[in-house]
Amino acid sequence: MVLSASDKSNVKAAFGKIGGQAEEYGAEALERMFTTYPQTKTYFPHFDLGKGSAQVKAHGKKVAAALVEAANHIDDIAGALSKLSDLHAQKLRVDPVNFKLLGQCFLVVVACHNPALLTPEVHASLDKFLCAVGTVLTAKYR
Amino acid sequence: MVHWTAEEKQLISSLWGRVSVEECGAEALARLLIVYPWTQRFFDNFGNLSSPTAILGNPKVRAHGKKVLTSFGEAIKNLDNLKGTYSHLSELHCDKLHVDPENFRLLGDILIIVLATHFTKDFTPACQAVWQKLVGLVAHALARKYH
Repeated sequence: MVLSASDKSNVKAAFGKIGGQAEEYGAEALERMFTTYPQTKTYFPHFDLGKGSAQVKAHGKKVAAALVEAANHIDDIAGALSKLSDLHAQKLRVDPVNFKLLGQCFLVVVACHNPALLTPEVHASLDKFLCAVGTVLTAKYR
Repeated sequence: MVHWTAEEKQLISSLWGRVSVEECGAEALARLLIVYPWTQRFFDNFGNLSSPTAILGNPKVRAHGKKVLTSFGEAIKNLDNLKGTYSHLSELHCDKLHVDPENFRLLGDILIIVLATHFTKDFTPACQAVWQKLVGLVAHALARKYH
């Protein structure tokens, strides 16, 4: 799966429009993921996962920052997320299926907050981008 | 045996009452074909699927999308018997249409996104969770008679 020139420009434009709200989107994506796919909570036994959790907000901020970083370096996502890729392989070892679940929830957040942004073409590009990020983060697993 | 709480049933029916089956169905199928283009393999006889614009305007896509979502409506009337509701369609998708059940999961995820764009803040996390459960169960019911 390859990001075309128009995918890259769609993703950059989308994140440009999302702007500073990315942090909130990250937190809400996590909240939705924990609600919709309760098995994902198993990776956060040390977190308070209740509504409005400060830990979830902080973690959502981190997730969003990584997505923004990847979008800003979209020609070399593997390079931009190399350290995160190491972290996920060596320490976190989140099962690869879960990246798709978080990706789905992130798309839902964008859809809910900014439906006009999520045209079918942008939807396709963002879905591909999120897939690419997941692939990079699990690339060094074995 | 699937269990639905009263609250879950309420979240499903209250949203469904506000869904235009024709519009949402058409959009969901179009997005499936656009976002996951390999799914076009089942629709060689649908004519022009060469671009997102072509897909969105394609009358066969619209008609088929409506058909698919209408069937979904049947599931919603029979939440306690999804297996029975989809038994025949499951056999059909296996024996005649030869559709990989993974495609049902993909379409389910796309439908969630379409509902989210339509209902925005009303599509709360609780709402998403219930609907994601529903589409998952529909996909499972459709795959059940595969052999």
